[in-house]
Amino acid sequence: MLSSPPPLSKRAVVDRYFLEHRAKVLDIAAFLDRFDRAQGEGADDFRVAALRDCCAVLLDGKPDRARRVLELLSDHSTEPIAKAPMKGATGAIDIKTKGGN
Amino acid sequence: MYIDPHVHMVSRTTDDYQRMALAGCVAITEPAFWAGYDRSSPAGFFDYFRQLTDFEPKRAAQFGIRHHTWLCINPKEAEDPVFAKEVIALIPQFLKCETVLGIGEIGLNKNSRNELEILDAHLALAAEHDLLVLVHTPHLEDKLKGTRLIMDAIRNHSKLDPGRVLIDHVEEHTVRPVLERGFWAGMTLYPDTKCTPQRAVDIFEMHGTERLWINSAGDWGNSDPLAVPKAQIEMKARGHTLDSVRKVSFDNPLKFLSQSGRFRIA
Ligand SMILES: [Zn+2]
Repeated sequence: MLSSPPPLSKRAVVDRYFLEHRAKVLDIAAFLDRFDRAQGEGADDFRVAALRDCCAVLLDGKPDRARRVLELLSDHSTEPIAKAPMKGATGAIDIKTKGGN
Repeated sequence: MYIDPHVHMVSRTTDDYQRMALAGCVAITEPAFWAGYDRSSPAGFFDYFRQLTDFEPKRAAQFGIRHHTWLCINPKEAEDPVFAKEVIALIPQFLKCETVLGIGEIGLNKNSRNELEILDAHLALAAEHDLLVLVHTPHLEDKLKGTRLIMDAIRNHSKLDPGRVLIDHVEEHTVRPVLERGFWAGMTLYPDTKCTPQRAVDIFEMHGTERLWINSAGDWGNSDPLAVPKAQIEMKARGHTLDSVRKVSFDNPLKFLSQSGRFRIA
């Protein structure tokens, strides 16, 4: 089954997944509203900027959106770093401090 | 019937074993990983390896599940190379255990030089003892870079056959390069990070089912020990054949793990 289309028709894909993803779009909308309503520091948080860039990928009409969103959120440098600064990860790249994409 | 080839049962309850057995789990493999805190001495790892090789197989056997394991010091605790090498020196004495399949889950976390040095020491150990390797790739923004560094590090060990190395936690941006270089690839089904069952099935549709498996990586964090049967349901609901479902959740892990000569389902 190398690179086969889903066994479902387009209509069946919509029927099965529309409500789930309608809810996820609302979650993103409400998150951005919540961020706008909040006060104090963090207005220029790189993660929110990255999320807005990801939303643009969703609307550009090109294929492989999931791969391209992940690439947008990835560190594209190639050399190992001198020392691990922490154990966790933030989920996006701060282009200002890391040089990123 | 299914195999969960990556699940951290030391962090799960006996109820989870029971629910997995009820959902059709017949065998699991448990890689050594980070406990959520750093162990204070190599002796802490010695005790953990005893738990993985002695206690956990007995707990699983109560539910008819065959338990196997992989040993290493995980990349999150590899930033101190002296400490890490003391832990690696403990591994050979456990290799005679019949349920030890190989070295894992090794790899990188933040893609640092020290992590790479310890990855290399593990790869040398695997090459020396002709063992299978299970690789952890980094989280989130570090995954793409880390996956590339790991594949290059493995290539430096000419004795290691990519067909005996599984690179885990692949997603849409890493699955193709991993498969193209001859490795096996694993998809981890997590609620918030890594893959959902839906995306995992999308990846099967886009990249085929050769040398690919799925696992729950159930652990002490937000995870689901029943993720593999949930992905089976997603495949069936989309209309994939029972043969395809069985291939990714049973035949493929069986084929890769059987290369150890130690993997058993009964
Ligand atoms: Zn793991």
